[in-house]
Amino acid sequence: MTIQLKINGVSHDLDVEPDAPLLWVIRDEVGLTGTKFGCGIAQCGACTVHINGQAQRSCVIPVSSVAGAEITTIEGLGAAGLTPVQQAWIDHQVPQCGYCQSGMIMAVSALLKTNPNPTDEDLASAITNICRCGTYPRIRAAVRSLAQA
Amino acid sequence: MTSTRRMVLLGGLGAAGALVVGYAVWPSHRLARTNALAARPGEQFINNWIKIAKDGTVTVVVPHADMGTGIYTALPQMAAEELDADWSTVRVEAAPSDTLVANGALAEGFILGSRNMGPEDIPAFLRGVVANSFRSIADFMDLQVTGGSSAVRATGVYGMRVAGAAAKEMLVKAAAARWNVPPQECSTKSSRVRHAASGRSLGYGELVSEAAAYSPSSSPSLKPRSQYTLVGTSVPRVDIPTKVNGATHYGLDVSVPGMAYAAIKISPVFGGKLKAVSVADVLKRRGVQKVVQLDDAVVVIADRFWRARDAVAALDPVFDYGASGAVTSADITATRVSALKGNGLKSDLKLGNGADALTSGRLVEATYHVPYLAHAAMEPVNATALYKDGALEVWAGTQDGLGSRAHCAKVAGLPMEKVTFHLQSVGGAFGRRLPGLYNFLEYAVRTAMAVPGTPVKLVFTREQDMQHDFYRPNVMSRFRASLDPSGMPVAWVNDYAGDEGANPEAHIVYEIPNQAINAAQVKTHVPTGPWRSVEASWHGFFVESFVDELAHAAKMDPVAYRLALLKNRPRHAAVIRTAAKAAGWDSPLPAGQARGIAMFESFQTIVAEVAQITVGPAGHVTVNRVVCAVDCGMAVNPDGLKAQMEGGIIYGLSAALNGAITIDKGAVVQSNFPDYEVIRLADCPDIDVHIVESDGPVGGAGEPGTPPIAPAVANAVFAATGVRIRELPVGIVSSNGTAQKAAGL
Repeated sequence: MTIQLKINGVSHDLDVEPDAPLLWVIRDEVGLTGTKFGCGIAQCGACTVHINGQAQRSCVIPVSSVAGAEITTIEGLGAAGLTPVQQAWIDHQVPQCGYCQSGMIMAVSALLKTNPNPTDEDLASAITNICRCGTYPRIRAAVRSLAQA
Repeated sequence: MTSTRRMVLLGGLGAAGALVVGYAVWPSHRLARTNALAARPGEQFINNWIKIAKDGTVTVVVPHADMGTGIYTALPQMAAEELDADWSTVRVEAAPSDTLVANGALAEGFILGSRNMGPEDIPAFLRGVVANSFRSIADFMDLQVTGGSSAVRATGVYGMRVAGAAAKEMLVKAAAARWNVPPQECSTKSSRVRHAASGRSLGYGELVSEAAAYSPSSSPSLKPRSQYTLVGTSVPRVDIPTKVNGATHYGLDVSVPGMAYAAIKISPVFGGKLKAVSVADVLKRRGVQKVVQLDDAVVVIADRFWRARDAVAALDPVFDYGASGAVTSADITATRVSALKGNGLKSDLKLGNGADALTSGRLVEATYHVPYLAHAAMEPVNATALYKDGALEVWAGTQDGLGSRAHCAKVAGLPMEKVTFHLQSVGGAFGRRLPGLYNFLEYAVRTAMAVPGTPVKLVFTREQDMQHDFYRPNVMSRFRASLDPSGMPVAWVNDYAGDEGANPEAHIVYEIPNQAINAAQVKTHVPTGPWRSVEASWHGFFVESFVDELAHAAKMDPVAYRLALLKNRPRHAAVIRTAAKAAGWDSPLPAGQARGIAMFESFQTIVAEVAQITVGPAGHVTVNRVVCAVDCGMAVNPDGLKAQMEGGIIYGLSAALNGAITIDKGAVVQSNFPDYEVIRLADCPDIDVHIVESDGPVGGAGEPGTPPIAPAVANAVFAATGVRIRELPVGIVSSNGTAQKAAGL
């Protein structure tokens, strides 16, 4: 059974079952390992990708449901150079271990497309990704700096 | 230089996990081997930690793991400072998992004592460890442990700095020799040696070959702090750019040609044994290659991880749990209650008249209890292993590349030379990936040995990661103090019982003349291990909660009370004052908010935190703000230090508010984030970190932010509601009763 996925603008013909989880297909079939596994039940956000521009948790998405959609991973986000979010992450020295940050950046990037000036409350309710290293204060500072820009 | 021996700087490591300083002498053929291993063409090893290329690129080799603490920047800063290197030319590499670049003790007879170093040369906190490090346990020698908040204060202070200074001296000697001038007439700056009198200068790269012919001095002169231009500045972290674009590779991201994937189901009850499992159906599934039955687990190997995961979930293995299959958290609590009645309590410390002094004055008594905690790093534990032609290759993110390699060798029954270990970046460690906690490596190696020639990546699901952790211990602690008429304590008696026995983190800095501390070790079938700040994570909560109770019993302000007991501890007092002032301790708060303070020293760093909280009508605790003051002697990278304080606070806050691993029918109840809640952005307080500079020894940064947060919050809850939290997690504060009882009492 072949499913065609379009990831970061590139089409991939994949021989996987329809209910194969998008996260693992991205990582192990296509070889893009920037999207991470954290919980497997869409609770932590490490697996966040963009599906037609919307942030979604890929660990619970069956590939058949996104055949034909525009899928963007962290690798595709900054393909033409660092995005403002990524640059803000560097300027504010956000990451520590960095493992959650792909998902975090994808989630924040999607939020800022629809809400370029989020309040702290907007940010808190939209970004529920887990970071165990505790980078939240710097995420807030980075997003505030982008909102003011 | 024709000497066949070279003085090279190395550190040693004891089983307790602290770093040991040592110098060792290398026969020159070992240095050649180091060069062959890690120096690329045109590069030359000056010593084990610094490489300088002919083009002047300085590469600092860091013998630790990258787990996000910033040491891949701070350590090179320390080396580059003493080396007087141009920071823009400095690169950083991870050391190979090989004995020649260990920061640990050596097995092959390089004995600390023979290197003209006496016991007085060893820093106090390391002394007890030196004896341990030379036990000939080959697996635990040569460690590159990243833990104990020790990278900067040990590897940095005694290794990187000294290595940088030694290398600089060699470069100066080389330049002076070339110019035929005395070395004292030369100076260094920004990777150049200058001879002011003749106006000549040479870049380091031009001097490398000649410099390498000199032996590094065992005691090069080090810069005074006043001359630092790089250390003490917040240079941007070198590892961050690849952490914003998905380029950093973790253990989970390893890819080896021909690799298969594995998922595991381990006996839910610790110590249980696999009795039977029916595999026929699962073997028919797409991609499933093999089912491996281990002593206490079943593993499915498949061509893709999700297929292995789904297959193992479809299995119905039968385990024999033995007596442990009935254990509950209530049973565990009962063991602690019983121990505190006197069974197994051993004296750890006695000052003055000890407990006899309790009879005079007003008695205050309280008992506290903290639960098991999971590490719950974002990257579930995993390892990739290939067993082929009698050799083993392993890839994983751990806190100790060399110790991991040694452990894998032991599990496989192979000599070290037949084992290669590739250390990966770590997606969160917090102690989970330390030596002694390597169950994930063992399962991966055993699985790989069942399919020789096939590399296998074993990934724990979040559920397996949470239920097969090595937990932060479950500890109960009872305090009794007697107060004199002015409310000051004249006696302090602390009895505690937990999975570990006595530990010096229970020793208080407060000046109380009569003290008795007794401890009982009560192990259960639950495996335990170091968790961010280790013993300080429970003793910090216990001590700082009880001191607060004493302050309130004395009707004194909690800040003033602590300061009155720290008259001869100016550094501790200064940290408390700084935090209190920055938090506006004496000024009124918005309605409904309250403050609590706690101060604790761990890993040679003193931290005070003021938590400002709101308790909602239904008892939900919101932490609005945390003000932190930290004295670690000197901050190598101030922004890096702040990040570690923020991280330590948030990690501890998750545990304080909601963290608990409970046991039922012998197994861990919690399995994933829904039942093991952790702080997210919405719950995260504003955090202000204030660095207190002092002349104290360089202290750690990774862990010391954690111990004070639980008591600061608990103390704030008391200030807000009159409810005294004696048992963690705080959870919902109930409005009835003036004190929450520690369970079982």
